Amino acid sequence: MSKLFSGAEIVFKCLEDQKVEHIFGYPGGAVLPIYDELKNHPSIKHILVRHEQGAGHAAEGYARSSGKPGVVLVTSGPGATNVVTALTDAYMDSVPLVCISGQVPTHLIGTDAFQECDTTGITRPCTKHNWLVKDINDLPRIMHEAFEVATSGRPGPVLVDIPKDIQFAKAKYFKPKKEKKLKAKSLNAFKQSDIDKLVDLMKKASRPVFYTGGGVINSGPKASELLRELVSITGFPITSTLQGLGAYPGDDDHFLGMLGMHGTYEANNAMHDCDLLINIGARFDDRITGKIDEFSPKSKKVHIDIDPSSINKIIKVDLSIVGDVGDVIRFTSKTLKKKNLNLGKSNKEKISKWWKQIQKWRTKQSLNFVNSDKIIKPQHAVQRLYELTKNRDTYITTEVGQHQMWAAQHYKFNKPNRWMTSGGLGTMGYGLPAAVGVQVAHPEKLVVDIAGEASILMNIQEMSTAVQYNLPVKIFILNNKYMGMVRQWQELLHEKNYSESYSKALPNFVKLAEAYGCVGIKAEDPNELDEKIEEMINIDGPVIFDCHVDQDENCFPMIPSGKPHNQMLLGPKDQEENKITGKGKALV
Amino acid sequence: MTKSKSAYSTPSKLGKIDTHIIVVWVDNEASVLSRVVGLFSGRGYNIESLAVAEVDQKKSLSRITIVTTGTPQVIEQIVLQLKKLVPVHKVGNFKREDKNVIFKEMALLKIVANSSKIKEVLNACKKYNPVILDQTNKSAVIQITALRKEIDNVTKNLKPFGLVSASRTGAVAMTRGAEIFN
Repeated sequence: MSKLFSGAEIVFKCLEDQKVEHIFGYPGGAVLPIYDELKNHPSIKHILVRHEQGAGHAAEGYARSSGKPGVVLVTSGPGATNVVTALTDAYMDSVPLVCISGQVPTHLIGTDAFQECDTTGITRPCTKHNWLVKDINDLPRIMHEAFEVATSGRPGPVLVDIPKDIQFAKAKYFKPKKEKKLKAKSLNAFKQSDIDKLVDLMKKASRPVFYTGGGVINSGPKASELLRELVSITGFPITSTLQGLGAYPGDDDHFLGMLGMHGTYEANNAMHDCDLLINIGARFDDRITGKIDEFSPKSKKVHIDIDPSSINKIIKVDLSIVGDVGDVIRFTSKTLKKKNLNLGKSNKEKISKWWKQIQKWRTKQSLNFVNSDKIIKPQHAVQRLYELTKNRDTYITTEVGQHQMWAAQHYKFNKPNRWMTSGGLGTMGYGLPAAVGVQVAHPEKLVVDIAGEASILMNIQEMSTAVQYNLPVKIFILNNKYMGMVRQWQELLHEKNYSESYSKALPNFVKLAEAYGCVGIKAEDPNELDEKIEEMINIDGPVIFDCHVDQDENCFPMIPSGKPHNQMLLGPKDQEENKITGKGKALV
Repeated sequence: MTKSKSAYSTPSKLGKIDTHIIVVWVDNEASVLSRVVGLFSGRGYNIESLAVAEVDQKKSLSRITIVTTGTPQVIEQIVLQLKKLVPVHKVGNFKREDKNVIFKEMALLKIVANSSKIKEVLNACKKYNPVILDQTNKSAVIQITALRKEIDNVTKNLKPFGLVSASRTGAVAMTRGAEIFN
């Protein structure tokens, strides 16, 4: 007879077999048996966070920067409810997480016991799947299935709820079955004929554009390489969503910059005027499409995605290819080469007109801003940070708001998995814990959280985590004393009624940093900015960098409310014109 | 032109709304029904009726039949979203007008009336396979099987004949002929 193991032992044996090295968690009554077992498994390092939401975001940062699933361990009741925001965030942005939660003993479930909540009920809409383990004999199977579900197909979070008596109970353990695949939920469903159709469309197109998203990153680093090859074969212009940044080099000439609400003028106009739109691993988010009825009206649309339910959800497409985007790109490039369709050359004439048009749009220089030598402009701060860190392999996380958009616009990413931001859910407080997770996965790399002074306070407690594990994360706060994006919208849409968006009673961030046992730096003068950024980079430990920036700066360009892509506002002046003359006058 | 104060787009024109019958084969495990129903409520889809029961004890499979309404785009989403759920094996999708599919609902009707009135009731239900399940000298419980609309009509028409209570199931569906749905 094979040996019997306790539920807590089985949890760790599963984690070991799934090659988990780090877990992020916070102990409590209903997970104590699992925490007790931790000491017997030296290959697994536990990172103690200061709030369960932080554990979830840290695991997200870990997963997104390493490509491995993030593992979270929390207790029942408040432990589980605190992690809900992070699970929802991971669900929206397709991040593989495995969350293990403790639960009150089986016989107390449903009795409103101490620290009881309906964890699987609460997390059902924000996970790919979840399990309440009611029988110890199911535990090994469920644990392995949890990793399989989280990482297969379109990745996402899962949760395993383990009652305390199950953690003590004993059962046999078995290793994951390798051949077991989940009923075609993760398989490539495309045929060569689909690829041929795509190649045919590419051949005919005279105004094509690639619109790539986080799916390319999720497909693994190889997919990014294949994407670069595809762009170089075809010579097509390429734009990216917020989540897709880094899949294609941000400083390459084929790259039009980010698209969408705060995307570049050339990217959005290319989307609007193109005759072939190839969506690779993006989901036509409403921040991307603008007004649906007028979205890219003249184009044939192709959608490549691993999730069949993403197709035709928002935008009806002419050709859909369901599969791993890396595989689809590889087959497409192969077919292009085989048919000797060097589009970049043979179609040069056709596409060159398109490129000329794009160059015209580029001359608008939509990311430009008026710099100052008296006050630090937030865009300038991001640009300086980029210039001073671009020669190292830097990982950037952000919170949510204006600073996030400025980071996306002005920091150029050249590699995938270097950019971690909360896109779908837009979770303020994401960046610091995410940076902690990234730094755990990449201890030797420079990790910077580009933050706002309001967002950072939502999970500031994680500075303690950074200090405890000597994680030298750099918190780069663009401090404009406002919830900047809220203020911007109030300015543009609510007659400058700045209702509750001013950050009163801010802490002294330098002293706060010192209170946490790390270093604080404050910058107010543009002339000392470079020097202080260098100082920050050179400190071997966590730093809070309080960068005081222009309070009145708004994030442009911008697609205003309910407008199509070709009606962007380039700056504050445009807005005035738009008000007077109405629709269509803004730019074109 | 009035200026919108929202960055969310305004809803575009709705397509034609059809009634569909969605059949879902699922593992008969804890909370599977709430996953299916939660998907509908969470994404704002309609449920007109719902029928669910285990159909294969050995494989522990349940069959859920949902009558729903939506535009073609919404119906497509319902099917694709259902297929993503882990315990879902397969999903069938039929238009209510589909002649190749039989749809039936069952109702239990309690009539409190004298025997002559009950006779009239039985007569009125003749087309819907009435079965008397219980009878006393002043009441009867009658089972009928019919389409939703027919049962709607029957229950409306029988009120004056002493219908005091009606209990109804959701629709169940089966394809005609020898073929089975895969």
